[in-house]
Amino acid sequence: MKKQQNIIHNMIPVFVILAVLLIWELISVTGLVPKYMLPTPLQVGKAFVTDFPLLMSHAKVTLTETVIGLMSGIVLGFVAAALMDAFVPVRKGLYPLLVISQTVPTVAIAPLLILWFSYGMAPKIVLVILASFFPIAVGLLDGFQSVDEDMIRLMRAMKANRWQIFWHVKFPYALGEFFSGLKIAVSYSVVGAVVSEWLGGFYGLGVYMTRVKKSYDYDKMFAVIFLVSAISLLMILTVKIIQYQSMPWQHCKDEIQIERKRG
Amino acid sequence: MILEAEHISKRYAEKQVLQDITVRLEQGELVCLLGMSGVGKTTLFNVLSGLTRPDSGTVRLKGEEITGTTGHLSYMLQKDMLLPHKTVLDNVALPLLLNGTKKKAAREQAAGYFSQFGLEGTQTKYPAQLSGGMRQRAALLRTYLCGDEVALLDEPFSALDALTRADVQEWYLHVMETIRLSTLFITHDIDEAILLSDRIYIMSGSPAVIAAEITIDEAKPRGNDFMLSDAFVRYKRRIKELLL
Repeated sequence: MKKQQNIIHNMIPVFVILAVLLIWELISVTGLVPKYMLPTPLQVGKAFVTDFPLLMSHAKVTLTETVIGLMSGIVLGFVAAALMDAFVPVRKGLYPLLVISQTVPTVAIAPLLILWFSYGMAPKIVLVILASFFPIAVGLLDGFQSVDEDMIRLMRAMKANRWQIFWHVKFPYALGEFFSGLKIAVSYSVVGAVVSEWLGGFYGLGVYMTRVKKSYDYDKMFAVIFLVSAISLLMILTVKIIQYQSMPWQHCKDEIQIERKRG
Repeated sequence: MILEAEHISKRYAEKQVLQDITVRLEQGELVCLLGMSGVGKTTLFNVLSGLTRPDSGTVRLKGEEITGTTGHLSYMLQKDMLLPHKTVLDNVALPLLLNGTKKKAAREQAAGYFSQFGLEGTQTKYPAQLSGGMRQRAALLRTYLCGDEVALLDEPFSALDALTRADVQEWYLHVMETIRLSTLFITHDIDEAILLSDRIYIMSGSPAVIAAEITIDEAKPRGNDFMLSDAFVRYKRRIKELLL
């Protein structure tokens, strides 16, 4: 009974998406909006298939930029958070700077980065680093600081040194916050890479977007938009899987709750 | 004499919390510090463990002064303080690991105590999967494995419900029979103090002083019979008079 209900609940978003696609198809087919401005979902699908090899070669570049930038962002964010956690003056000095830096829109600095680092991958990677660094650093720092003061005292009483306290207590406590930050960072990163490609470059989905825009290929525009969002979704899903794998104590807790509810 | 705290005084801002407190603990003895909530038991606990420096007085472990320095005594709190991300075995083995024991050896050594502490079958579980009573058992084993000669227990069972508490107390007496850990036990529960201890220090007043010292002359392990006996009631009446 309950299982059936769950399946129905899980199907709701699928139905909604199908309904939206159907309405869209109807709007285009009936001519409510001219077809050349709003291609039908089927046309978009066709464009995706015919352009698939080209899309993939561009996606490879965008994905490379995103992943390299994200990895660097994680490393830098981790180092910054650990330093801010360990040294109060560093936290006092750096934290406000980090918050202020977030008021500068990434789109605004992208042209500057291109001037500085030319048209290759470098400016895109730097932009992804800038976009992903903040949520990761702040997430980790919040996690490090959320550890119960008594826990630290107990660790000291057990003669743990700073590094041991970090490794056995602070880091695992911060994992949850880290992954929440990482999920935000992933979506920022993909968008950041694409936007910086708009502004100059030779390869990448952003470059492809500006090209098809110039030739008024609306169907290809839609195809690439869907591809970008699919890439974001897949990356977030990957993060979720890694989170699930690396925090086994989290779902063991869920299992107990389920058992208790049943009991 | 394994632990001696002499003439301990401590004041916070305007408030004198502890006034000339002297407590002693013999090798293998279980001594309770009994007092109402807020009397300053935990302040004394912090002084003994070295987390707080007293204004005057000294703490000595086996004759050596340890006043205001941490890391000499193991301690355990009302909160079990088990790490949620480690299995019970890894939690318990943590003090060994921190001392530089290799992971495998630490696990093996810790696992050897599981049956003695009534923790069989919990090795690979996470703390969240255990009941409150079992978590306190694991916390006590971890405290024991810290390897210090004196353990400070700050109301370790007071967060448990009454039935679980009775169960854990019985278990505790049983375990203590075999491991003989010199223990200073803080509690506000009169029954618990009488049931568990060799001696009781009664803390009362503001600032807190040691109002009395009572020796519980009763063979261990003590069970339900003792708790229902006249002797038990006499102890309880005397302590109540002293506390109020």
